[in-house]
Amino acid sequence: MVTLSACGSSGSSGSTGGSGGSKTVTLVSHDSWAVSKSVLADFEKQSGYTVKVLKDGDAGQAVNKAILTKDNPQGDVFFGVDNTLLSRALDNGLFQSYRPKDYDTVASRYRADETEHRVTPIDTGDICVNYDKKYFADHKLTPPAGFDDLIKPAYKNLLVTENAATSSPGLGFLLGTAAKYGDGGWQDYWKKLKANGVKVVDGWEQAYDQEFSGSAGGRKAGGDRPLVVSYASSPPAEVIYADPRPKTAPTGVAQGTCFRQIEYAGLLSNARNTEGGKALLDFLLTEKFQQDMPLNMFVYPVRESAEVPADFAEYGPQAKDPETMAPDRIAADRDQWVKSWTSLVLK
Amino acid sequence: MDLARTEVAPRPRRGGNAARLGLMALPVAFFAVFFAYPVTAIVRRGLRDGGSWQWGRITEVLTDPGIGHVLWFTTWQALASTALTLLVALPGAQVFARYDFPGKQLLRAVVTVPFVLPTVVVGTAFLALVGRGGLLDDLWGVRLDTTVWAILLAHVFFNYAVVVRTVGGLWAQLDPRQEEAARMLGASRFAAWRRVTLPALGPAVAAAALMVFLFTFTSFGVVQILGGPTFSTLEVEIYRQTSQIFDLTTAAVLTLVQFLAVGAILLVHAWTVRRRESALRLVDPSLTARRPRGAAQWALLGSVLLTVAVLLVLPPAVLVQRSLDAPGFGYYTALTHDDSGVFLVAPVTAIGTSLRYAVAATLIAVLIGGLAAAALARRDAGRLVRGFDALLMLPLGVSAVTVGFGFLITLDRPPLDLRGSWILVPLAQALVGVPFVVRTLLPVLRAVDERLREAAAVLGASPWRVWREVDLPIVRRALLIAAGFAFAVSLGEFGATVFIARPDNPTLPVAVARLLGRPGDLNYGQAMALSTILMVVCAVALLVLERLRTDRTGEF
Repeated sequence: MVTLSACGSSGSSGSTGGSGGSKTVTLVSHDSWAVSKSVLADFEKQSGYTVKVLKDGDAGQAVNKAILTKDNPQGDVFFGVDNTLLSRALDNGLFQSYRPKDYDTVASRYRADETEHRVTPIDTGDICVNYDKKYFADHKLTPPAGFDDLIKPAYKNLLVTENAATSSPGLGFLLGTAAKYGDGGWQDYWKKLKANGVKVVDGWEQAYDQEFSGSAGGRKAGGDRPLVVSYASSPPAEVIYADPRPKTAPTGVAQGTCFRQIEYAGLLSNARNTEGGKALLDFLLTEKFQQDMPLNMFVYPVRESAEVPADFAEYGPQAKDPETMAPDRIAADRDQWVKSWTSLVLK
Repeated sequence: MDLARTEVAPRPRRGGNAARLGLMALPVAFFAVFFAYPVTAIVRRGLRDGGSWQWGRITEVLTDPGIGHVLWFTTWQALASTALTLLVALPGAQVFARYDFPGKQLLRAVVTVPFVLPTVVVGTAFLALVGRGGLLDDLWGVRLDTTVWAILLAHVFFNYAVVVRTVGGLWAQLDPRQEEAARMLGASRFAAWRRVTLPALGPAVAAAALMVFLFTFTSFGVVQILGGPTFSTLEVEIYRQTSQIFDLTTAAVLTLVQFLAVGAILLVHAWTVRRRESALRLVDPSLTARRPRGAAQWALLGSVLLTVAVLLVLPPAVLVQRSLDAPGFGYYTALTHDDSGVFLVAPVTAIGTSLRYAVAATLIAVLIGGLAAAALARRDAGRLVRGFDALLMLPLGVSAVTVGFGFLITLDRPPLDLRGSWILVPLAQALVGVPFVVRTLLPVLRAVDERLREAAAVLGASPWRVWREVDLPIVRRALLIAAGFAFAVSLGEFGATVFIARPDNPTLPVAVARLLGRPGDLNYGQAMALSTILMVVCAVALLVLERLRTDRTGEF
C-alpha cells in the first residue's frame, strides 16, 4: 500500500522532468482537435511553454469527463464545449474566469457569459444536411432546400442522421428543428421524418463516412444514403482532401437546414498551471491560430479580422440564415427534448 | 478430481480466527477501497441532491419507457444468448467428454481461446464477418451488424467454452455404465440419457447457464461495437447515461438494478455449485472417452467440428485476413506511425502499455485473490467468510463502467491521490481478475488434505513452513493458471479501462475501440491489426495454461 500511495503522489502532468510542471501546459480537447505543427511550435517558442494535448473522445464525452474530474482536472485548458452543451459546463463549475488579451476582436454575435468570462468563443460552424450531387443529378431530383422538404415523399429513405443523445451534430440538428418548429411542432416533424425513413446511427463518423453516398469514405464503404446531417464545411473537405482535386465539390449543403454551432474554450477551475493556461487561451484567439483553424478543423474563425483561406470560403461558405437558439433556452429544454426525441425516434 | 474425494471432517482449531482475519485483512481492505468506496461514491453522486437522498428518482427512472426497453432487451438477449449457447455447445460438451479422436487436445484449446479474448476483439471479429463490407456482405450482401443476431452469435462465440468446460468436465467423469445399465433394462437410448445422464448433469448445466447469463447480461464491448443506437444492455446504457448524456441519476439507478440482478444470479450460482458437489459416482475421465462408433456418433462429431469451424474459427480468421488486407503488412507497419491523429503516440505503443498494466494487475490479483482463497479454504471458515466468497464474485458483474467512473471521482485526493498515476488502470483490472484467481485456487486449496498440514505442525513446523512445504507445491500449478487468467482478463478489460486510461496512454482494447470509431480504411485496418495482436497474445497465454492444467473440473 505504501508504494501505491507513493506512485499516486506524482499527480502533476509535467512530463518534462527537471524544469517542473509549470513549463508544461496541458490542453484537454475532443478527438477533432488539430493545429498545424509550425503554428503550435511558434507558440511554444515564444511563450516558453510546452503544450501537451489530451484528446478525450468525442465532444460530449470529453465535456462530461472534464466535469466529472473537475476537482482534479487532467489539464489546464479545455477546448471544445459548444453552445449546445455550454450550460452543462458552466452550471457544473468547470471553468474559472479569464478574459483573453484579444477578446475584443471576437465578433459580438459569438460571445457568451460576458459578465463572468468563464468561456471564450474560438470557432463556429453550421450543422447542415449535406447532399450527394451525383445522386440528385442521376435521379433528376432537386436537392432539398429546407427542413420541410425532408419529410416529402420524394426524399423517402434518403437521410441518415446521428443520435441526438450521443452526437453533437445529431443534437444540433434536433435543436435546429426545435428552433424552426417550436415546442408544439418539432415532435410532429420528427414523427413525419421517421415515417419518411430517416436512419439514425450513433456518431458522425459512421453517418458521414459509412452511410453517406457523397463522401469519399462513404462511396468506398458502399454508403447508400444521399443525404446526411454534417457541416457546412464538409464540402471543402471533400475537395481539399481529394486527389486529384475535383473542380467542384461532389457534395452540397441544403441551406434551409442549418443550425449554428459555436465552440468555446476556458481555463479549468482547478488548473495547476493557470499562467500557462491563460497564455494558451490568448494563443487560441491570435490571428495566426484563428487563420490556421479552417483547414485543420474545418470551422470558421470567430475573430473578425481573421481571413479564411480562399478554397475554404469558396466551397464551404457559412450558411446564410442558420437557425439559432439562445443559450438559456437550450439550457432549459435540451435534456427534456433529447429524452422525448429518444423515445420518439429510437425506441 | 477433488470432486470424488471424501470430505475430511472439520476439526475445531484454536487460533483459527486470528489467522483467518489476518489473511482476510488485505483483501477486505482492497475491496473496500477500490470497489465499495468508488461504486458507492458514484451511486451517491447520482442519487443525492442538495444533501438529501432522492429515492423517488428510482421509480421515476424505472417507469421511464426508454429504460424499460433497455431492461427488457438486456434480459431477453441474455436469455436468448444463454439458450443459444447451450443449444450449440452441449453437443460439443458431449463430444469432448465421451469421444476420443486425434487432435482432441488441440481442439479443446481452440474452443477455449474465445473465452479469454477481449470483448472488443470479439466485436471487431464479428464486425469483419457480418458488418458493412464484411465477409458475408462481400459474398452475399448479407449484413447483420445492425441486428440482434450479430450480438447473439458473438455471445455464443464468447461463451461456448464455458459450457464445454463446465458441463463437459463433469460429463467426462460420469460413469457411463449407469446409462448402459438403464439400456440393458430396456430403456431407449434417449430415455436412458434423459433419466440417468441428464439429471446428473443438471447442476453443471445450470451452473454453466448461469455463468453465461451473467456474462451476457452485463455485456458491454460486444454490444457497444455491434449494437448501434437502438440496442443497449444495462451496462451500455450506464455508459451512455454517464459519459454521453450525463444523467448520473439514471446511471446510478441502473447500477443498483444491475447490482441486485447480479447478486441474485450469483446466489443461485453458488447454490447450484454446492449441489454439483453433492455425491455422484465419478470416475477418471480418461476411462470414459472412446473412439466414436457408428454413423450417428461420427455425425455428431462431424457436426460439432463444423460448428466449431464456422462459429469459433471463422470470425478470428476473417479478422486476421482483414488485418493483412493491405500490401506488405501495411496495416501493421502503420501502427508504428504516430501521425494518425487518433492518438498522440504510435498505436503500437499500446502493446507495451497493455503488457505493463497486465503484469501489474496480475501481481495484484494473485496477491489479493491468493490471500482470499487461503482464508476461504480454511475448514474452520465461518459463515461470514463464506459470505465473502460470494462478494468476491461481484466485480465480475457489477458495471465496470461504474467502477471506472467511481475511480475518477474518488481516488483523486490525498491520501489516495492516484488520478495521475498509471497504477489506477491495473487496480481496476485486478478487481476483475480476483474472482478468477479465487475460483481457480479455491478448489485446489480445499482439496489439500488437512491431515498433511496437521502432521507437519505436530512435527514442529511453523505455519509459514507448513504453507511452504505442504500447500505451495500443491497449489503452485493452480497459482500459475490463476495468474494466466488474471493476465488475460487484464489484457482484455475494456469497460473500466476506457475511462481511466489516459488519452495519451491507451491500452490495446481502448486503442482498438477508438480506431474503430474513426473513419477510413487505414483506421479500420489498424483496428484489425491491433485486434489480431491482442488475440495472439491472449491465445498464447491460454495455450501455456492448457499445458499446465491437469484438473479440468474448474468453473471457467
